[in-house]
Amino acid sequence: MTTITSAKNTSQPPRWLGQRFRSLGESLTPGQLAATGRQMLLPLIGILVFVGFWHLAAPQVDTSLGSFPGPAQVLEQSGQLWQEHVNQRERADKFIAMQEERNARILADNPEAEVRIRDYPGAPTFPDQILTSLVTVLAGFIVATAIAVPLGIVVGLNRHFQAAVNPLIQVFKPVSPLAWLPLVTMVVSATYVSDDPMFEKSFLTSMITVTLCSLWPTLINTSVGVAAVNPDLLNVSRVLRLSFWTHVRKVVLPSSVPMIFTGLRVSLGIAWMVLIAAEMLAQSPGLGKFVWDEFQNGSSQSLSRIMVAVLAIGFIGFVLDRVMLLIQRRVAWNE
Amino acid sequence: MSKTHLELTGVEMAFDTPKGPFVALDNINLKIQKGEFVSLIGHSGCGKSTVLNIVAGLLQATKGGCVLDGHEVNSPGPERAVVFQNHALMPWLTVYENVELAVQQVFRKSMGKQERRDWIHHNLELVNMAHAADKRPGEVSGGMAQRVGIARALAMKPSVLLMDEPFGALDALTRAHLQDSLMEIQQELNNTVIMITHDVDEAVLLSDRIIMMTNGPEATVGEDLYIDLPRPRNRVTLADNPEYVRYRQEVLRFLYEKQRKLEHISPRRSGKPEASEGEQPKARAARA
Repeated sequence: MTTITSAKNTSQPPRWLGQRFRSLGESLTPGQLAATGRQMLLPLIGILVFVGFWHLAAPQVDTSLGSFPGPAQVLEQSGQLWQEHVNQRERADKFIAMQEERNARILADNPEAEVRIRDYPGAPTFPDQILTSLVTVLAGFIVATAIAVPLGIVVGLNRHFQAAVNPLIQVFKPVSPLAWLPLVTMVVSATYVSDDPMFEKSFLTSMITVTLCSLWPTLINTSVGVAAVNPDLLNVSRVLRLSFWTHVRKVVLPSSVPMIFTGLRVSLGIAWMVLIAAEMLAQSPGLGKFVWDEFQNGSSQSLSRIMVAVLAIGFIGFVLDRVMLLIQRRVAWNE
Repeated sequence: MSKTHLELTGVEMAFDTPKGPFVALDNINLKIQKGEFVSLIGHSGCGKSTVLNIVAGLLQATKGGCVLDGHEVNSPGPERAVVFQNHALMPWLTVYENVELAVQQVFRKSMGKQERRDWIHHNLELVNMAHAADKRPGEVSGGMAQRVGIARALAMKPSVLLMDEPFGALDALTRAHLQDSLMEIQQELNNTVIMITHDVDEAVLLSDRIIMMTNGPEATVGEDLYIDLPRPRNRVTLADNPEYVRYRQEVLRFLYEKQRKLEHISPRRSGKPEASEGEQPKARAARA
């Protein structure tokens, strides 16, 4: 049940962004203005104090790669990373243009000729890695949801089934992704054999690891939500003689949607954390690999670049949770 | 008297507890005619709700049984619609959709789409809730939600309407209002109704007959009182009616003299969990 309370807490605080900007546009009474000001001011002060502390403390920490990066270096590196991305894109566009030009020339000379179309061979940039990570985490999360919600419903509906499955859930829930990873890697290598693979093996490995670690909160919350349907509503369902499927569709599922969503938000948070670890260890493309590569690279800028990644990971995690909250507000009847 | 519509014969209900079986009901015999409005009254814990649940089919009697129109009752069904104490509406469905769920299920085959829609609206109008058809139960007051609960039950065209303390969670004014509505509806539809109550005035005002139950365990039918007051009944004029007063006293005497119940007042005893609400919709009240 700790998972549930923790998610409830995060849903409370700042209504952030949306509301604030909307309210700024409208004419406000002095009181409201003061309230809005206070609401914005305190988080701002918090951030400023943190950045100030960071700025002062960072140079004190010496590492073999120079002193720990302060906010200025990190800002500089994030600009740098973006610049690299832009440059890479330009080169890629040029490469594609040249390739097309050359192919057109070959075809003009000889319409029968076979032309080759190659992808740009450059290394993925920081934004590319972010995109890869997002795709992987969403794939893993969707698979986890597709398993956890139906299974949770069955567990919640049937006391005997629950008694049978509960020990398994309790044992597998706390397993770290790092423990699963070698097993998943070996199994994927052994079983996913194809000449023209639809997915990269590394993608599958990290996705499955994410799935294995993130399905538990959804599973547990779904089963608790299903088991806790108001008994009066169950009696209504019995009086109406609803069939099993109608009962699940019209009574059980809607009734447990709020709980399911609480679970989904916790799951998505875990999925994102697990993914970074999995990518680092499995050397599969994504933010985790970016961090690991920078670490191995060991240049004077590495630590700043890793810090950029840390902040990006945190911010993306935050945005993912907000998105889930928005979906929850639209779907759940009690919001 | 017409022939028996609903009959309970030798009903016994025993619950298994760690200390051995607990006999809540013992040898309950009851015959109810078509169109009768019957109230079950008794102290809390006397098994009134258990009787109702047995008729509803939500509980199985351990001995004896219940026969409705010549068929034995052994599972719940819409012909024995139940109005629950706390409305039991699906909070995620609108008022209309809540009634629709029932109508869809019961008349899927026998009614066309338009016919069903008309029937839902008809029932909402019957309880004066048509104006709130698109509201969620959380957006209307407790009294209004209970009206919808009644509309949903009526929409199943039940041959017996079972009401489990339908107005117990409402404040006195709202309750009076809903009792009047129920009497009007009853005048029009002439349903067979079994209502559980612990309110003596409510029982005398609404019923054709009051079944008084003895205290549990092993509760059974204590007295059976026919209320022979002309309808339509008016609560204001009835207040001075000597007949009404006599009926009322008879029930009171049964409850507080013959079946006097000494309850230990301890902090563990809790009141009604649900707070009662007026007829004002919650949302509007909150804004004011």
